[in-house]
Formats: sequence, structure tokens, C-alpha cells
Amino acid sequence: MHIAIIGNGISGITTARWVRKLSNHKITVISSETEHFFSRTALMYIYMGHMRFKETKPYEDYFWEKNRIDLVYNHVDDIDFKGKSLTMKSGPAIKYDKLVLALGSATNKFGWPGQDLNKVAGLYSYDDVENMEKHTPGLQRAVIVGGGLIGIEMAEMFRSRDIPVTMLVRESSYWNNVLPEEESAMISRHIKSHHIDLRLAEELESIEDDGQGNACAVKMKNSGERMECGYVGLTAGVHPNVRWLKETELNVERGIVVDNHLETNIKDVYAVGDCAQLATPKPGRRNIEAIWYAGRMMGETAAYNICEKPIEYDPGVWFNSAKFLDIEYQVYGEVPGKLPEHLTTIYWEHPDGEKAIRINYHSDSKKVAGFNLMGIRFRHEVCEKWIKDGTSLKVVLENLNLANFDPEFYDTYEEMIRKSFAQQSGIQYQVKSKRLMDRVTAFLKG
Amino acid sequence: MSNYIDKSLSIANPNPHNLGLTERLAILVGLLGLTIAGLHAGGYSFFSTGTTFTVSFSLMGLGILWYTIQYYGSKQAGIKNDGVWFSSLASRGVIGWILGIVITGFYVLLYWHPEILGMGKDGGANGGIISLFDPLSEIFHGKPASQWFMYGTMYTFAIFFFGIKFIYKYRHNKYQIIRTLSVMFFQLFLAYLIPEILSGLNGGFDGKWFDMDLKNQWPLDYDFAQKWHIDNMLSAGTIGWFFFIWSLLLVFVVSPFLTYKYGKRWYCSWVCGCGGLAETAGDPWRHLSDKSMTAWKIERWMIHAVLLFSFVMTIAVIYSYLGDGAQYSLTRNGFTIIMIILLLILAAAYAFLQKKNKDGNQNKIYLASGSAILIAVLLGINWAFGSGNAYFLGGETFKGVYGFYIGALFSGVIGVGFYPLMGSRVWCRFGCPMAAILGLQQKLFSKFRITTNGGQCISCGNCSTYCEMGIDVRSYAQKGQNIVRASCVGCGICSAVCPRGVLRLENGSEDIFSKTDDYKTIHISDEGVKIDLLA
Repeated sequence: MHIAIIGNGISGITTARWVRKLSNHKITVISSETEHFFSRTALMYIYMGHMRFKETKPYEDYFWEKNRIDLVYNHVDDIDFKGKSLTMKSGPAIKYDKLVLALGSATNKFGWPGQDLNKVAGLYSYDDVENMEKHTPGLQRAVIVGGGLIGIEMAEMFRSRDIPVTMLVRESSYWNNVLPEEESAMISRHIKSHHIDLRLAEELESIEDDGQGNACAVKMKNSGERMECGYVGLTAGVHPNVRWLKETELNVERGIVVDNHLETNIKDVYAVGDCAQLATPKPGRRNIEAIWYAGRMMGETAAYNICEKPIEYDPGVWFNSAKFLDIEYQVYGEVPGKLPEHLTTIYWEHPDGEKAIRINYHSDSKKVAGFNLMGIRFRHEVCEKWIKDGTSLKVVLENLNLANFDPEFYDTYEEMIRKSFAQQSGIQYQVKSKRLMDRVTAFLKG
Repeated sequence: MSNYIDKSLSIANPNPHNLGLTERLAILVGLLGLTIAGLHAGGYSFFSTGTTFTVSFSLMGLGILWYTIQYYGSKQAGIKNDGVWFSSLASRGVIGWILGIVITGFYVLLYWHPEILGMGKDGGANGGIISLFDPLSEIFHGKPASQWFMYGTMYTFAIFFFGIKFIYKYRHNKYQIIRTLSVMFFQLFLAYLIPEILSGLNGGFDGKWFDMDLKNQWPLDYDFAQKWHIDNMLSAGTIGWFFFIWSLLLVFVVSPFLTYKYGKRWYCSWVCGCGGLAETAGDPWRHLSDKSMTAWKIERWMIHAVLLFSFVMTIAVIYSYLGDGAQYSLTRNGFTIIMIILLLILAAAYAFLQKKNKDGNQNKIYLASGSAILIAVLLGINWAFGSGNAYFLGGETFKGVYGFYIGALFSGVIGVGFYPLMGSRVWCRFGCPMAAILGLQQKLFSKFRITTNGGQCISCGNCSTYCEMGIDVRSYAQKGQNIVRASCVGCGICSAVCPRGVLRLENGSEDIFSKTDDYKTIHISDEGVKIDLLA
């Protein structure tokens, strides 16, 4: 059987790897972006000079041949779902028995005048970084439209080259549709401390043409200010890269609609990662989750289903992470920007204003529901086990040390945190666990 | 594919965003100090030698400190790798190549032509650069400097000042701060001041020098078992006996115990002088280590071959001077028996531990235990034939070859000279027999490992890139596996540069023999989502 996979990002490649683990099928991965799989999340580090492109490739080039995964560096122009055949930009068509669509995302554009000029681009693909690099020499200012994770990455990239950056963020505080108020305020402060011109509650009106098809300035909507700039970064989110499939028999809404086995409305055609839209997502989860971890889990699930081992997609307890300039962020479980009715929250912030821990718990049962960490590392497995097991806040406080994952010798804040949390929640506690690795091992095994 | 990865080949930095005027001035101050030293070497001195020494080294130290404060102080605490791959100095550009050639050349002269550096012949007065160190040497020893005194002084100076630079670069990270203070301490006091002062106080033991660096140990210190070294030690009274017994304790008791508790990092990145220089002065080049599978294969063969060589060499050397037992209480026969027993115990212990580990490997047992048994058998045959030389070759032959190729060429010339070309740990990774022994201990019975934090890895590659030992850390982290590698020196940089808080250096005794077991990435399985799937 021949499995064709369109897209060599994390979801497509994970599918290929797991199909290989589970079967002897012929596997072909097609991409027109790069010849080999690279880590999309590391694109920023190429521009910043932390790594070369070579370092962002998680597998050495010999890996693919060794694991009999055929790579095709070409573009799929059209899909004949009935004939099970892919029309390629160059060369003969590729026949398949099962098809996996791992098409990824595309940058959101909201019809701004000038959005298609030169020197205007998002940050998603390898080409986007090349484009940034191409227009960097002599760049006097960059304007970034949109907050979120990509916006702050792009700002950090330009700042690494001492290029002045203005960031237009529609919200009243950075990323406050996802981060709770205090964390959002912390990151807003941190952005400004890095000499990034952060304009909150501001939007893009239009991008100005210099007469030669290049962007040369932006106009802001609320203040009406005009700002000269040599590059405009569009980072107001992404959408599934599926426009070219909308006229086909494939069921496409915002993304490619898939069932719980990640199969589309067409038999033997699957969709994974950013481009997939779950028909029935798990409670509390969005139907499109364009993040690395979801892509990786979907890839694995799809591989099982392709190899006749039907299982449903279940991403487990929500987790994510990011790094905002110098502040690391981790989240486990339910910590939305706006606190839902059924949850109570407790929050501790270090006096330096760059570290914080938030725990959400169920108001009635006092069971923990989620953890938000800023500038402090927590153990994924420990937090997940607490949430899954419905551990009470009291027990979590008593064993808080088990979760800490900061490097050795780092200051410990558990005492401060416990006291603050006990005060906020009115819960009495007794310290139960030390920060010993063996306790963690025992806890996770038990 | 990319139009900007080759820019490091140009002389001018294509992205001159990093160095401001003040940083350039600071570099200039340091270079001025270097120039004054260079002029002195060329015979042009403006002051007395003592003043020249003080002025030139003060300027160099000042230059490094000023640069550090300007360059890192103007930025917030955090990871400082911006532009690393664009730097000509740090990524094998023209400046990097020039520096590599200069350092390599210096080592060649140091080892084989010290007279070109100004070393006085047959007790004659020093000239050149070595004479610059005469006043300091007079203070310690009451006699002019040797090339090794010069080298030790420069080495300590580099670890100390670049250590401060490293600490300031990682000022947000307490592990890095404490670890660097530790290598600075061990170099300054144990490797430099205490031995220099002790030998000065004792009048150099009448020219019977022996190694008084408490942390130096066989087999890194391959001279330890030389006849002259043992003789010098044992003729130095209590202090000599103290060093002799301590050295044996260090190798057979202290070292394995500390490695069991903390991994080989206690030595390689906290104590060792070679490691100390690599972590401080060598830090700008840590990313140049080769991460490929091919490099790993070469590394494993090469470092263990050196270990084997050092074993054979040491046995041969000791055997050759034990003679018939007239001079030493240990006889050739006794020594042979002890060595054969020791080798057989090592072979058995290796096999036992390899089997006990869940990821143990039968082939490794054949290879390693087989080698030990083979040496023992050869030693026995040699003995049975009554040969005066172990392995039928003289101890001197082994010692000469080892000293030239391993001691000087590998650890010195290539080990440091190639910093700007192959990264700062070439010797530690491919050659050091001490690292090889500690590595075996670390892999087989240590509590140490680098824990991967569940499924949080995003495969970005920062950890692998900045691993000075060339470990592909990401290949483990992205599948949720802990990192347990013989070569890991526990510098902690992978954990520091990880943008998602995925890696932690830790010690745990609950799972010593199954440290690599858990694949913790969230996986899908027949029963649904599992976090602890044993794949």
C-alpha cells in the first residue's frame, strides 16, 4: 500500500514516522517548502543567528532513506480524489492508496489596503524568514501587526539585530484573550522593557506603497498616526491552508473537516495538524488547534488509523508552552484568559515581576483544574497527573515541590507560594514532599 | 538553500549590530595589553619586566571585564546567542581560522620548541615571552620562569577572566554561576597557587618536582606512574606520601563515588582544568562540535582506544621499572598478579553492570570486557616468557608514543588549538581517558541523567546546537526520553538554552539501571492517550 503525505511539517512527518513503525507500507512525503523536515518553531533562531537551517532539522538527512520514507521536493497542483492521484507541478502524477493532508496554515490577512505589497509578510514558512533576511539590510523600522506568539517572536527577531520595532496589538493588553490579566500585564511590561514600541488597543488601517510596489509606511486606525517603516509583519493569527481545496468534493469549512479518526468525508483521505478541523472536538477544546503538540499527536493517531488500528484522537490534558523574550511560559490544564464561572483562581507573583504561578481549581470540589507558569518550570507529568486524578488543592499545595523543574540551585519559592495560596484560598496545609527526584519518581509510578 | 548561512566567511560581520563603540574600545584595551606583551617578546620593553608584566596583563584583564560589562550589561539577563552563527570569530570565519592557527602554532612551540618562545638553554637567561614571567616566578620559586610556569599562569588567567565573562553572560542561571565559580576556584588554587607555593616553600624539592595538583588524577595525568614521578613523590617525605596515597584514593574511591552520586560532571565541568578552560575561554565555540551520527561513532572508538592505550602504557611503564624488587617493595611478579586480577575484576564488573542496565548491550560486553581480558592474557604470556618488558616492548616506547601523540599533540595542540574550528571539547570528547572512565561509570551506575519534561519538546535544536560534547540532545528530548550519555559533562547549557523548559539535570537513585526507560511524550496507543508508553 502506498501512503502519500502532503506536507513535511511536524504532523506530516510524525504520521510518516509512525506509519513506518507500524507497517511496511510505501511512504511518500511531498513538500515544496523545503527538501527536508525542519522545526518550524525554530525559524526565529535562524534569523537571530542562534542556529543555521541545518541545526533546525531534527533528523539527519540519511534518516529518510534508512527508514524508507521517500521525500519528494515538489508542489501538488491538484488532487484527483476519485482516481487517487496527485497532479504535480513538474513530472508525472503520483498515485496513492491513502492520502494524508498535512497542509499547515497560512497567514491571516484582513483585507488591509497594501497587504500584498513587497516587504509585507507573515512569519510561518521558511520563505518568510528568507524574505525577512532579504529586506533586513538598511532596515530602519519594522511594524508588526498583531500580538500573539508569532508577533512577539518577530519582534524579538528584529530586536536581535537592533532594528526598532513597533507592535500594533488590538487588545488592551498583550494576548489577553489567552493569558489571564496579570500574566498579560507582565508580558506587556516585559515587551516594553525590551525597547519594543508596544501600541495597545491599536489596529492597522492601511499600508502605504512607495510607488514601486514596496511597503514604506503604515497608517494606524485609532490614533490615525502614520509611521514610516521598511517592513510590515502580519502576525494576526493564521488559518488552515486549504483555500485551494474549497472547490473539490472534500468537506472544507474553515479547515478540512475530519471525524474522530482524523478521516475526512472521503474514504482513505486523512487530515492532520493545523489544517484539520475536528467535527466533534473534546469538551473545552477548540476544533482547530494550530500548535506543534496537537500536530504531533494527530500525526500519531492518523498513522494508527491508516494502519488499520482504529483509535480516536484524544489529545489528553491541554498543555502548551512558549517563551516571551526572556520569560518562559508553560500551561497545563484549564487556564483561559477569562475565568469561567465554575473555577476559582489563585495567583502568586514574584516581587521582580517576572515570575508567577497561577492555579485554577473547581470552586465546589476544590480539585485542581490548571496551572499557569511564568518564568518557572513545572513538571509536565506531575501537573497532568494531578489534573487527571482530580487532586485537591490542599494536596497539591502540600506537595508543590514535586512539580518544580527549575535547574539545580535556583531559588525556591514554594514557601512564599504556599503561604500566599493558603491565604487566598483559606486552605490549611502541611508540607509533605521535598524536592527530591526520587519522590517524583515514586509519585509518578504510584 | 539559504543565502545567509555562509556570511561567516566574510571578514566583515554582515550584521554589525552587536559591537558598539565601547565594546570595540574594550577589545582595543585588551589587544593593547597583548601588544605590550608581544613587544616585550620582540625585545621592545618600555618598563622593567615586572611592570611590563603587570601592565600588559592588567590591560588584558581590564579589556575582558570592560567588554563583558558593556556587551552583556546593556542587555537583560537571559540567553545571549544572538548572531553567534554570523560571527566570523565564533563560526569558523576568517578570524576564527586565524585564531585557530595562532593558538595551534603557540602549542607547537610550547611543546617542541620552547626556545623560540624564549626559554633559556641549559640554564641560560630567558628571553622572548617567557622572560616576561620571570619576575612572578622569582616571587614563587626564587628562580626564572619555565615555559610551563608561563603556560600555567596564562591558563589560570584565561580561566579566571573568561570565567567572570561567562558568569555575567549567564547571570540569570545559578547553576552556571556556581559551576563556573567552582572551576575558577579549582584552577586558581588547586592547580596553580597551592602547587606553586608548596614547591616554592620546599625549594622545589631539590629539583625533584612532582604534581601537587590535588585534583589531577591518572589517567588524565599520564605522568603519574612514571618512575621519576613516583620516586620524586616518595622522596619528598610526608607531603609526598600524602599526594601518593591521595592520588590512589582519588582514582579508585573518591572518583567513582562522586560519579555515582552526581555523574561525571563533578569532575569534567566543575573541577577539571581542561574542562575549566573549555567552559570559560572556550565558551564562544561550544556550538561548533559535530552533532552527526558519524562523529559519535568516531568518538566512541577513539576515546576508548585512548583509554585502552593509557592502560597498556601505564602497566608497561610500571612493569619496566619495578625490576627485580630490589628498590621497591612491590615486585614485578606481585604487580603482574595484581594487574591481572584487577583487569579480570574490571571485565567482570563491566559485564555485570551492562547486563543490569535495561539498555545494556551484549556487543559492548564482548568489546570492553574482552579487551580487558586480552590485556590480562597478554600480560600473563609476557610474564610466563620472563620478558623484561611488559608486552615485549619497553615501557619507554609506549610512554614516548603516548606522550607525543596523546599528551601533547591531542590534548594540547588539537585540544585547545582547534577550539575555533571544532569546538571547545575536542580533547574531552575524543581523547581524554579520564573522561572515558568517568563516562563508563556515568553510563553504568550513576544517579545522574538529564530529565525530559513530558511532551513539551518542540524539536527546535537549541539543546543539540549548544552541546559542546556534540550530543544530539534533541533526538532524545523529542521522543520524551531522558538523556543518559557517557560523554555528557553536565555543563547544563542544554537546559539553559531550551526555550520551553524541557531539560533538567538531576540525580535519582530509584531508577539507576532504567534511567532511559520512559518515553514520556504523549503518545496514542490502543488504550488511548498514554504518557508513559514503553516504546
